[in-house]
Amino acid sequence: MNPTQRLALFVLLAPAILWLGLLIVLPHVEILILSFSERVAPRVYAFGAGNYLEFFTEPLYWRTFARTAIMSIAVTAITLVLAFPIALYIARVAQGRLKAMLLLLCLLPFWVSELVRTLGWMILLRETGVVSYLLRAAGLADQPVELLYNDGAVILGLVYGGLLFMIVPLANALESLEPAVVEAGFDLGGSRWTVLRRIVIPHAMPGIVAGSIIVFMLTVGNFATPVLLGGKNGLWFTEQIYAQFITRFNWPQGSAFGMLLLLLSSAIVWAGLRLTGQSLGTTLRQA
Amino acid sequence: MATTSDLDLVNVTKRFGSHAAVDDVTFSVAPGEFFSILGPSGCGKTTLMRMIAGFENPTSGDIRIRGKSMVGVPANRRPVNMVFQSLALFPMMNVGENVAYGLTCRGVSRSEAEERANRMLERVGLKGFGERRVTALSGGQRQRVAIARCLVLEPTLVLLDEPLGALDLKLREHMKIELKQLQATFNTTFAYITHDQSEALVMSDRIAVMNQGRFEQVGSPRELYHNPATPFVASFVGETNRWQGEVVSSSGGTVALQLPSGTVTQGTGHALQKSAVAFVRPEAVALAQSQPALRDLPNRFEGRVSAVLFDGANSSLLIDTLGFDQPVRAVLPQAGPLAGIEVGAPIHVGWTADAMKVFAA
Ligand SMILES: Nc1ncnc2c1ncn2[C@@H]1O[C@H](COP(=O)(O)OP(=O)(O)OP(=O)(O)O)[C@@H](O)[C@H]1O
Ligand SMILES: [Mg+2]
Repeated sequence: MNPTQRLALFVLLAPAILWLGLLIVLPHVEILILSFSERVAPRVYAFGAGNYLEFFTEPLYWRTFARTAIMSIAVTAITLVLAFPIALYIARVAQGRLKAMLLLLCLLPFWVSELVRTLGWMILLRETGVVSYLLRAAGLADQPVELLYNDGAVILGLVYGGLLFMIVPLANALESLEPAVVEAGFDLGGSRWTVLRRIVIPHAMPGIVAGSIIVFMLTVGNFATPVLLGGKNGLWFTEQIYAQFITRFNWPQGSAFGMLLLLLSSAIVWAGLRLTGQSLGTTLRQA
Repeated sequence: MATTSDLDLVNVTKRFGSHAAVDDVTFSVAPGEFFSILGPSGCGKTTLMRMIAGFENPTSGDIRIRGKSMVGVPANRRPVNMVFQSLALFPMMNVGENVAYGLTCRGVSRSEAEERANRMLERVGLKGFGERRVTALSGGQRQRVAIARCLVLEPTLVLLDEPLGALDLKLREHMKIELKQLQATFNTTFAYITHDQSEALVMSDRIAVMNQGRFEQVGSPRELYHNPATPFVASFVGETNRWQGEVVSSSGGTVALQLPSGTVTQGTGHALQKSAVAFVRPEAVALAQSQPALRDLPNRFEGRVSAVLFDGANSSLLIDTLGFDQPVRAVLPQAGPLAGIEVGAPIHVGWTADAMKVFAA
C-alpha cells in the first residue's frame, strides 16, 4: 500500500472510527472509570468498588435488576411465539404485493416515535380509555377498569415494540427454506408438529436467535415504555440508572448500574447463544 | 383388478384455472414394475406426481394405491414416498438422521431407527456415512441418500421426479444403471418421471409418453420405439427422420406418400387424411455405394454425404438426397467399405415400407 492509498483508506474509515470511538467506546470507558470512584466526602472521590457493593446490599436495586432480566426474557419469549406464525405466513404463504403490504404493516407503528406509540397504548388502556369503555359497553365490566400500571401493560407495550425486530429476521430465515424440504418432511410421514419441530424451527434457528437478541437488548434497555405503562410499579432497571444520574446526581452509582446492565445483557446473550448452539457470526449474518 | 396393481389412476384431471395441466389420464402400475412417464418440459409430469404423492388434489378422477382410493388422504398418510427433483435432503440433519427421519415419524424407537438406517445406508453403498453432513456429500451420494430415505420405509410405491436432472452426464449414465439395480434388488414399484428419453428407455419396464397433459401412448420401450402410436411419440422417442407430404394412395396399411418435390415414397400406416407426416429411424436407412445393392427396397434414392457427425457408436451421416428438402439422417457404419466415408462422397440410400411410419398430420 502506498502512502496515498493509505491516506485514502484512513479518510474512508475515519467517520466509522470516529463514530465508534466517540459515541461508543469513549463514553463506556468514561463510565467504567466513573463507576469505580466512591464519594468519600462531598466533592471528594476515591477509587473503590463501593458503588458495586451498594448494588448488592440494597435489595431494591438487585431486585429491580433481576425483575428487569426476567421480564425481558419473558417479553422476548412472548414476542418470539407471536412473531413466528406471522413470519411463517409472510415468508411461506403471502406472495407479491400481499407480502410487501404485511411487512409495511409491521413497519407502520415505527413511523411514530416510541413515546407517541406508548402514549397511544395509554389512551387505549387507561381507566377512562377505549378498552375500558368497550368492556363496559359490552357489559363485561360494571365500572371503569384500570388496565394501566401493571406488569401486563408493560409486557404488552414491550412486545408490541419488539415484534417487528423479531419478524424481520425470522421471515428472512424462513424464506430461505426450500418448499420441497418441507414437503419431503410430510412425504416421509411427518405430522405438522414433527415438520415444525425437526425441520422448520432448526432451519429458522439463526433467525430466532438473531431476533431474540435484538428484542432482548431493546427491551432491557427500554425506558419510556416501562415508565409510562408501568407507572410506579414499572420498576425497570433503566429507571434506577436515570434516577441516579438525574434525580440524585450520583453519577458514579449510575455508572456502576450502567456497567451492570451491560454485563447482564452480554451474559444473557452469551448464554442464549451457548444454549442454542449458534455462533454470533451466523446470527449476525441472519439479522 | 384392484388387487393386481399397485397404482391406478382413473380419469385424473388437474386444472389450474382454465389450463388443464393433467388431462384425463388413466393408467395402472403393476407391483415391482419400473414405470416411467416421459414428456417434454411443462407437460404436467410433476403435477401428476404431486397428485399421487398427495401435495395436490385432482380436479376430478380417482387415484388408488393397492385398490384404496387416496383422494383426501394427506401426504403423510400415503404409502408412497417421493424422491424430489432437488432431492430435498434435510440440511439440518446428518445422513443417518435423514434416513431415520421417516422411521422416527412412525414411532420406531430412536435406537432401532438408527440401526435400520445404517443397514439401509450399507445397502445403497454408503456404509459409515451416517455421521456426515448432507452438504459434505457428492451429487451421486446425495442421490443415494434421497433414495435410501424412501426405501427404508418400505413403501408400496416410490415416486422419482427427474432425480438425475442435477447430475453431470457421466454420473447420470452411472446412476441410471444403479437405480435400475436398486429397484430390482428391493423389488419396489417405481414411478419415474423424466424428459430424457434415453433414461426412460434404459430403465423402464413400461413408459407412458405424455404431451400437454395427456398420455399419448403407454408401452414397453421397444413398443414405443418401433411402433409409435402418434407422430408425437415417433418424434419424441429416439432419433428419427421426419418428412411432410401428401397421401396419394392407401391400401391395406401401405401408403404411398408424395413429398413436396414430387418424389413418391412407400410407407405403412393408416393415414386417412391427405396431408401426412412420415418418420424413418436413422438405423433403418440402408446405405450402399451402388444402386443394385438396394434393389429389393421400395424406397431408393441417390444422395451425397453433407456431414459426418462422429460420436463413437452413435455416429451418423447427413445425406443430401434428391427429392428431400432436408438431409436424410443415417447411422454411420462402424465397419466395411462405408466406415471411412467422407463429406461429398456419392451414396445410395433406401428403406423398407415397414420402416417408414406414416401418420395423419
Ligand atoms: N401451482 C400451479 N399453478 C398454476 N399453474 C401450474 C401450477 N403448477 C404447475 N402449473 C402449470 O402446469 C403445467 C405443468 O407443470 P408441471 O410442473 O407439471 O410440468 P413438468 O412436466 O413437470 O415440467 P418440467 O419437466 O419442466 O418439470 C405448466 O404449464 C405449469 O405452468
Ligand atoms: Mg417437473
